[in-house]
Amino acid sequence: MTQQTYETNMMENSPPTGIQVVLREFKKDKVAMFSFFGVTIIMLTIFIAAWMLNQEEVLKINLLERYTEPGVNGYILGADEAGRDVLGQLIIGAKNSLLIAIWVTVIANIIGIAMGIIMGYYSGIVDNVMMRIIDFIITLPTLMIFIVLVSIIPEYGVLELVIIISAFQWIGIARLIRSKALSEGRRDYVSASKTMGTSDIAIMFKGLLPNLSSILIVEFTLSLAGNIGIETGLSFLGFGLPPSTPSLGTLVSYARNPLVLADKWWVWLPASLLILVLMLGINYIGQAFRRAADAKQRLG
Amino acid sequence: MWKTVVRRTIVMIPQMFILSLIIFILAKQMPGDPFTGLITPETDPSRIEELRIQAGFYDPWYVQYYRWITNAFQGDFGQSYTYKIAVSTLIGERALNTFWLSLLSVILVYLLAIPLGMLAGRKQDTFLDKSIILYSFISFAIPTFVLSLVFLFVFGYRFMWFPTSGTVDVGLESGTMAYFWNKIYHLLLPAMTAAILGTTGIIQYLRSEIIDAKTQDYVKTARSKGIPIRRIYARHIFRNSVLPIAAFLGFTITGLLGGSIFIETIYGYPGMGELFISSITSRDYSVITALIMLYGFLALLGSLLSDIIMSIVDPRIRID
Repeated sequence: MTQQTYETNMMENSPPTGIQVVLREFKKDKVAMFSFFGVTIIMLTIFIAAWMLNQEEVLKINLLERYTEPGVNGYILGADEAGRDVLGQLIIGAKNSLLIAIWVTVIANIIGIAMGIIMGYYSGIVDNVMMRIIDFIITLPTLMIFIVLVSIIPEYGVLELVIIISAFQWIGIARLIRSKALSEGRRDYVSASKTMGTSDIAIMFKGLLPNLSSILIVEFTLSLAGNIGIETGLSFLGFGLPPSTPSLGTLVSYARNPLVLADKWWVWLPASLLILVLMLGINYIGQAFRRAADAKQRLG
Repeated sequence: MWKTVVRRTIVMIPQMFILSLIIFILAKQMPGDPFTGLITPETDPSRIEELRIQAGFYDPWYVQYYRWITNAFQGDFGQSYTYKIAVSTLIGERALNTFWLSLLSVILVYLLAIPLGMLAGRKQDTFLDKSIILYSFISFAIPTFVLSLVFLFVFGYRFMWFPTSGTVDVGLESGTMAYFWNKIYHLLLPAMTAAILGTTGIIQYLRSEIIDAKTQDYVKTARSKGIPIRRIYARHIFRNSVLPIAAFLGFTITGLLGGSIFIETIYGYPGMGELFISSITSRDYSVITALIMLYGFLALLGSLLSDIIMSIVDPRIRID
C-alpha cells in the first residue's frame, strides 16, 4: 500500500522529460545526431574488428617490415618500429582504451552517485565531513599521484589501472549529485514518503535516483570522454597500460621519438585523430543530453 | 572578506600537512632506492649499505618523516641523487622556467579569449559566432598531449617555424636583447598550445555575459540617448563583462600546472613537469616529494586566489 501510493506520488512529480525530449533535441541538433551515429559506428567497428583480429599475430615483431609506409605490402596504415601493423594495433589499442574508460566511468559513477545521494539526503554533519574530505582530494595534483601510484604497484595491469583512476574520478560526480539531491530532497514527495515510514534507502534509491536520471546520463557521457583522455594521457607518458598491452596512448607515445614524430606520421597520427574524434563526438552527445535535461537550454 | 582569506589560509595548513604525509609514505613505497643506481661491478656492496645507513634509510618511517618535514620547513628538501645538488636549487631553476611559460600562456589566454568571447556574444548566432563556439568546443575536447604533438609536428618539423626543444639557443649571452627574444621564441609554441587549451571557459562565460548584457536596462538607456553601438560595447558592456573573468586566473593557473607535465615533456622544455617525469624514472625521491608538495601548494593557492578576486570584482558572489 505504502509503496503504491509512493509510486503514484512519484509519477505526478516527475518532470515531463524522457525519451521524446532527448529525441527532439537530437533532431534539432544535426551535429549531435551525426556524433551519435558516428561514435556508435566507430565503437562497433572497433569491438567487432578487435574480436576478429588475432592479437598475437598483430603484435609479432617483424624487423624486416620496420617502418613500412602505408599502402605498401598490404599494410593499410603502415608498420611501426618493430614492423607491427599499425592498423591492427590501432584497433586493439582503441578497444583497450575504450574498455578501460567505460569501466572507470561505470565504477566512478556508481560510487559518486551513491555518495552524492547520501550526502544530499542526510545533509548536516555527514555532508559536512564528507565535503571537507572531497574539497581536500579535489585540490590534489591528481596526475602526479596517479604516476606515483602506478610506479609503486609492482604487478599492474588493466584492473589496477581502472581502480587507481576510479579512486579519484568519483569526486566530481559526487559533488554534482549532492547539490541536486540537496534541493530534490526538500521536495514534498520526499517528506510525504518519510511520514509514511518509507525507509531512507528506499527514498534515496527508488525516489530520488530516478528523478536525477537526466543529470546522470549527462554526467555519464561527459565523464566517459574525460576518462578516455586520462587513460590515453597516462599511457602516453608511459604510466598507463603496461607496454605489452596496446592502448591508443601507447601508439601516440611512439611520437616521443623525434624521428617518428617528424617522419613516420602514420605510426602516431591515426591514434591521435581517433582520440580526438571520439572525445569530440562523445562531448557533443553529452551536450545534447545536457540541453535535453535542462529545459532552459533546449533548442526546441 | 579578510576573515575568509585568513580562515582559508589557516585551513591550508592541515591540508598541506596531510598531503605531505600521504606523499611521503607513497614515495617510500616506491621500489628500489636511489643508491641502487650507484652499484657498478667495481663498487663494494657494503659501501652502498654504509651509504644507506648514513642517509637514515633504515630508520622507522616516522623518524624519517619528521626529519624530512622539519628540514622542509627550513626550505631544505634534501639532495637530488641524480643531479647531486640541493633539491631547492634544482627546483628553483626549473620553477623559473615553468613560471615564464605559465606567464606567457596566461597572457595569451586572455589575448585570445577576450576578443573571441566578445565577438561571439556580439555577433550572436552568426557564422562567426558558430565558428568561435566550434573552436572553443574543440579546444575543450582535445587532450593536451594530442594538441602539443600536432603543433610540434606541423609548426616545428613540417614548417620549421619554431625550435623543437630547449629554452634558448647555445652561444647567446645571457642578459642581451638577442638572448631575451630567443627565449621568447622558444617559449611561443608551448605557450600557444597551453593558451589554446585554456580559453574555453572564458570564451563561453564572456559570450553568455554579453548576450545577457544586451537586454539590460543600462544598455537600453545608453541606446536611447543615441550613443553609437560601438561605444556602448567598448565602454559599458566591456567594463561590466570583463572584470569578473579576472576570477578565472586561479583556474587558469591550476589548469596550466596540470598541463605542464605533458607540454614540457613533449616540447623538451626543462621545467618542473619535465623534471617530475624524469625524477620518477630515476627514483629521485627527494625531488618527487618536493615537486608534488609544490604543485599541491600552488593548486591550493590558485583556488584561494580565484575566490579572493571573485569577491573583490563581483560583490554578488562575495564569500563569507
